[in-house]
Amino acid sequence: MKPAPFDYVRAESLDEVLDVLAAEQGEARILAGGQSLLPMLSMRLARPRVVIDVGRIRGLDAVETAKDGLVATAGLRQATLLAHPGLERTHPLLAAALPWVGHVQTRARGTICGSVAHADPSAELPLCLVALGGSVRLISKRGRRRVEARDFFTGLMSTGRREDEMIEAVSFPEAKRETGYAFREFGRRHGDFAIASVAAVVTTKTIEISVGGVDDVPARRAWPRLEGSALDDALNALAWELDARDDIHADQRLRRDLVRSLGRIAITEASQCLV
Amino acid sequence: MPRLSRDETTPVRFTLNGAPVSGRAEPRRLLSDFLRNECGATGTHVGCEHGVCGACTIRIGGTMARSCLTLAVQAEGATIETVEGLAPQPGRLSVLQEAFRRHHALQCGFCTAGILMSLDTLFLDEPDAGEVRIRDVLGGHLCRCTGYEPIVQAAIDAQSRLRSGNTDV
Repeated sequence: MKPAPFDYVRAESLDEVLDVLAAEQGEARILAGGQSLLPMLSMRLARPRVVIDVGRIRGLDAVETAKDGLVATAGLRQATLLAHPGLERTHPLLAAALPWVGHVQTRARGTICGSVAHADPSAELPLCLVALGGSVRLISKRGRRRVEARDFFTGLMSTGRREDEMIEAVSFPEAKRETGYAFREFGRRHGDFAIASVAAVVTTKTIEISVGGVDDVPARRAWPRLEGSALDDALNALAWELDARDDIHADQRLRRDLVRSLGRIAITEASQCLV
Repeated sequence: MPRLSRDETTPVRFTLNGAPVSGRAEPRRLLSDFLRNECGATGTHVGCEHGVCGACTIRIGGTMARSCLTLAVQAEGATIETVEGLAPQPGRLSVLQEAFRRHHALQCGFCTAGILMSLDTLFLDEPDAGEVRIRDVLGGHLCRCTGYEPIVQAAIDAQSRLRSGNTDV
């Protein structure tokens, strides 16, 4: 449980980070909060040639408001966003989901962008980003580009980030009027990885449901305002569509059942926020 | 932009419980191992080494942190506090530590250093934290001896003494 050897760069500017990323051709990993990277290093699931510490770069931990919503920059810690004034009003889904991200102790160090970069299928922040229709801002020496969250997550711990790119920020659109939001999660203990989690976004005409922890990437579906057995049927169909797996925490059957039950609970809760 | 080679050690200096310390570490050295092996501060325990068990929890710059999820080189210039810094003087326990003794909030003691650091930080940051918040913070720690209830009771007791200023132990 000790990391394999690596070189370490203490970057003082974003330009330095981008230089090293370009030079190392996929052999560099970015260290911000370290709450996902350090376990990967210690378990030797990641063996980068160089680790780039961005923790000393000034101004990377901002919360900004832009046209596309709340912008969390690369070094913004999860605890800082959770404590952001007005978050419950502007981003009720994030306010509900953030307390489920790891523990108090890991949220104090872990970053929003780090969790998105890590792309664990059970992670709450990628799920919220997909559910809210957010986007990821990537930067490299070649320039900047923006990728929609639904296109960013490409597989198990895999993303559309290119080798020389760093996540500069992610943006979460603000809550819309006459829209209800709800988040539900099931794990063995609070703070454990989700066995399944659900984010529901409901308007008078539509239901959007996003599911984490079941398939390789957060899955999002949009339905009309189904009710009763039609909603049950849609949830059941979704549960079977997703590629649920067996692992030591839960079998496929439990995961499918959680999609149905948590889905129903979250959609009901989000609907109640409408009135 | 300093680049530290994988094979070479580099000086690491920080403030540990109010006193300057220094040592040498290669990039991959975890802060938990650095504290124990270089600084001789073995109060911080190493359990799971991937951030789950909470035994290695310390305070970095006033914030709770897993020392096993931090590289020693990241701690350069930081202010670090560990369980060794809790007691007000040799032979005397802090209010929180004394409450742990009184309520039998530990048995083997392996998890205790981390839990004390989390609760101490909680009461510094949020002196009025309620039981729900206390349990939330304890959720980041594993204890296989106590069943947690004595820990919760010790925390509530210590907190009420700290708030009333009754720190006689």
